[in-house]
Amino acid sequence: MAKQYETVIGLEVHVELATKTKIFCGCSTAFGGDPNTHTCPVCTGMPGSLPVLNKQVLEYAVAVGLATNCTITQYCKFDRKNYFYPDNPQNYQISQLYLPICRNGKVEIETEKGKKFVGIHEIHMEEDAGKLIHDEWDDVSLVDYNRSGVPLIEIVSEPDMRSAEEVIAYLEKLRMIIQYLGASDCKLQEGSMRADVNLSIREVGAEEFGTRTEMKNLNSFKAIARAIEGETERQIDLLESGEKVVQETRRWDDNKGESYAMRSKEDAQDYRYFPDPDLVPIVIDDAFLDGIRAKQPEFREEKMARYKEEFDIPEYDIEIITGSKHMADIFEATVALGSQPKKVSNWLMVETLRLLKEKNMDPEDIRFSPENLAKLIGLTDAKAINSSVAKEVFEVMFDQDVDPEKYVEEKGLKTVNDEGALRRTVEEVIANNPQSVEDYRNGKEKAIGFLVGQTMKAMKGKADPGMVNQLLKEFL
Amino acid sequence: MSILDMTAVELAAAIKNKEVTVTEATEAVLAQIEASESKYHCYVTVDKEGALKQAAEVQNKIDSGELTGPLAGVPVAIKDNMCTEGLLTTCSSKILYNFVPTFSSEAVLNLQKAGAVILGKTNMDEFAMGSTTETSAFGVTKNPWNPEHVPGGSSGGSAAAVAANECFYALGSDTGGSIRQPASFCGVVGLKPTYGTVSRYGLIAYGSSLDQIGPLCKDVTDCATIMEVIASHDTKDSTSVERNDTDFTSALVDDVKGMRIGIPRDYFGEGLDPEVKDAVLKAAQVLKDKGAIVEEFDLSLVAYAIPTYYTIAAAEASSNLERFDGIKYGYRTEEYEGLHNMYKKSRSEGFGAEVKRRIMLGSFVLSSGYYDAYYLKALRVKALIKKAFDEAFAKYDVILGPVAPTTAPKLGESLSDPIKMYLGDIYTISINLAGLPGLSIPCGVDADGLPIGLQLIGDCFNEKKLIQTAYAYEKERGAFGRKEDK
Repeated sequence: MAKQYETVIGLEVHVELATKTKIFCGCSTAFGGDPNTHTCPVCTGMPGSLPVLNKQVLEYAVAVGLATNCTITQYCKFDRKNYFYPDNPQNYQISQLYLPICRNGKVEIETEKGKKFVGIHEIHMEEDAGKLIHDEWDDVSLVDYNRSGVPLIEIVSEPDMRSAEEVIAYLEKLRMIIQYLGASDCKLQEGSMRADVNLSIREVGAEEFGTRTEMKNLNSFKAIARAIEGETERQIDLLESGEKVVQETRRWDDNKGESYAMRSKEDAQDYRYFPDPDLVPIVIDDAFLDGIRAKQPEFREEKMARYKEEFDIPEYDIEIITGSKHMADIFEATVALGSQPKKVSNWLMVETLRLLKEKNMDPEDIRFSPENLAKLIGLTDAKAINSSVAKEVFEVMFDQDVDPEKYVEEKGLKTVNDEGALRRTVEEVIANNPQSVEDYRNGKEKAIGFLVGQTMKAMKGKADPGMVNQLLKEFL
Repeated sequence: MSILDMTAVELAAAIKNKEVTVTEATEAVLAQIEASESKYHCYVTVDKEGALKQAAEVQNKIDSGELTGPLAGVPVAIKDNMCTEGLLTTCSSKILYNFVPTFSSEAVLNLQKAGAVILGKTNMDEFAMGSTTETSAFGVTKNPWNPEHVPGGSSGGSAAAVAANECFYALGSDTGGSIRQPASFCGVVGLKPTYGTVSRYGLIAYGSSLDQIGPLCKDVTDCATIMEVIASHDTKDSTSVERNDTDFTSALVDDVKGMRIGIPRDYFGEGLDPEVKDAVLKAAQVLKDKGAIVEEFDLSLVAYAIPTYYTIAAAEASSNLERFDGIKYGYRTEEYEGLHNMYKKSRSEGFGAEVKRRIMLGSFVLSSGYYDAYYLKALRVKALIKKAFDEAFAKYDVILGPVAPTTAPKLGESLSDPIKMYLGDIYTISINLAGLPGLSIPCGVDADGLPIGLQLIGDCFNEKKLIQTAYAYEKERGAFGRKEDK
């Protein structure tokens, strides 16, 4: 009988924190910007410059630590990780090795197999590096330090996961927690959340871990799942053919669906970590921790439970809406303005999701305000606009967050409730379409649809379709 | 009195009283530089044009009443490891031979706010690594008391410039004695303040946890006055301390009655030149005669200071100097193949032997498997040394001893034997490890006519006790200085 293998996975997750300024200087963290415009002597490693910790970074790191049940290191330090590379202007990265800010946490995940805990070994704070641009044409490399010094936390899990499904559930869980805290937008595609997968296999029932590899360059949940499957197979094939797994770092190529070795353990650099003498130890008192605890938000599970209690909307809707803190915020704010929860949920579940998909956007990118959504719902409730006009207005609102009341007014989109005008139009439509009238009278019920359409067209869409239908029947 | 004979405070007063203009003072000192630089080579860069321009500006501000401080209009020299905006800053290293900073260090800005005229940048041991200023990539500096001897180091250019009247005062930096020892060898006053008193922002780091900027000057009054200007709490430096006791000139009081002065026996053992010993003990007697309580005690741990210092300072330096890679600024090798070859060649060619020695030493003590045995152990010894000083300061206000075991050695004697050179730092190094303030003041000359320095060490934040003791001693000692060049 063939041997049964088990996959053992631990993750190193880098999360870019949502601070306005960098971790050790006052430069902007804004994405984009011309190369080297968000820089200063500190984040370009100029001689004589010194780092000063951005307190917001500490607050976010502690908030994530508390939300993932970590012990907070109340006397912690930054260490220098020394290595030469041009994206790293000082040739050392300021990180944490000896006394990371958070340790010994856990989060609960749920998969089809049920619930389980994934342990968190540690969370540490560090600075991001700059970006190298290789100009093949001119055979030069250029460096942009705009990203240099952007704050990151690295969340290192225990090797507690056993499948791609568990890994995705764990990442989703982290993402929810961090988004709810507002500590990061956690976008894999844009790199504000990055995961490296440490994977080994062993025979089912074995106590010892196998030799692990570290997989890098995973830019989506799908890529992570594919990489885990690919690496599991690769390692099983090696063992089955009597070879050994080599401890190494591998790079995943999602287009080819395979990985290749970047560097082996033998090439591993000695980073010569030591406490950064330019930064003083961080002493965290209980009052600071209490302050962060008091600011912790209602997390997703609590929110889902409350929605079930408070709002009469389907469980599926609740799951989707709370799947984004931003969407949940819009939902709650719109309801608070007096809109019916079911209607708010419908706008989010149908039109919003459709447009997000169409425009390849994340729920975090939604820009329309709850006030405007409430106004739009108000307009449809009052039958001031019909549903197709409402959808049209919503699309504009989705793009530009326009005030729907003003927009409807300016564009003259209000439903015409003037029965006289409508009667005249209906009479005209009947007069101009004798064939359809004939068909209808001969029992072709469907023909009325064409006549409704013609009337709506003549009214430029601003009629109430129910009323048109009723009038047509009356005349015919 | 000629302009050049004035102390910084005397010159500022003369300018204020319109006896001298800032431009006259600047021209006088520039003329002195021109006359004696060929003999001593105190400077890497002299900014003649810039100095005269600043002089005119400062004079206007004095005339308009905008500048009234006790150093307004006084020309100063800056050690070449402090960034000066728009002015070449080399650390006396080939690797920074063309480096022009985009900002000025906080200490320099503080001086400029007080109306200083910056004359130029003084020579030093490369990256402040050395005790003789001979490791400079731009030539040695000679001791104005005898040009066959070194001026000490690493702030040798600053100390020599003060002694040769090539400036009225200078800034230096002190990681293991680099202000106090050259002050002692050149017969001037130097103070290494409590760690955190003067901002390190803009000081190109050697050993970050030990580096401190301080003055080199003609007398104790200047020293206290300069300290009042350069001491500041700086939010750009995480290790900067907020102090509300920086009125250093209030300690210029000629009274040591009841001052408890301890003399560590460990500082007077083997290796100490008898002439230095006699001069230092004579100074102690002067203070005793003025009413101080002077007694001997055992400090212990002195022998461990040197290995501890060279482990910690080299470790930090190995990392601090990584940024000099030829990529962003400074020296890049002419020909190279690929990135790593460029790094290797630029750094091999750009750094001098002593700097490379310390980078290797520091990289070794931080490397995997050795970190605990060397670096961590050194940190533990550092804590014990601090504890030994804490115990001493429970009994004494001031600790008194020599600055260096000998007077200035001859040029070329030290570099051939680095261990011997390192041992010369024995009396100054533990003060940096403990973060304490230390002051060096001339207390005599040896048979060859070379100056001897007296070191006064205080507890953290007790610079005033050092200033008061030194001031009282100076009153009794009387004028001290060279005869020639004046």
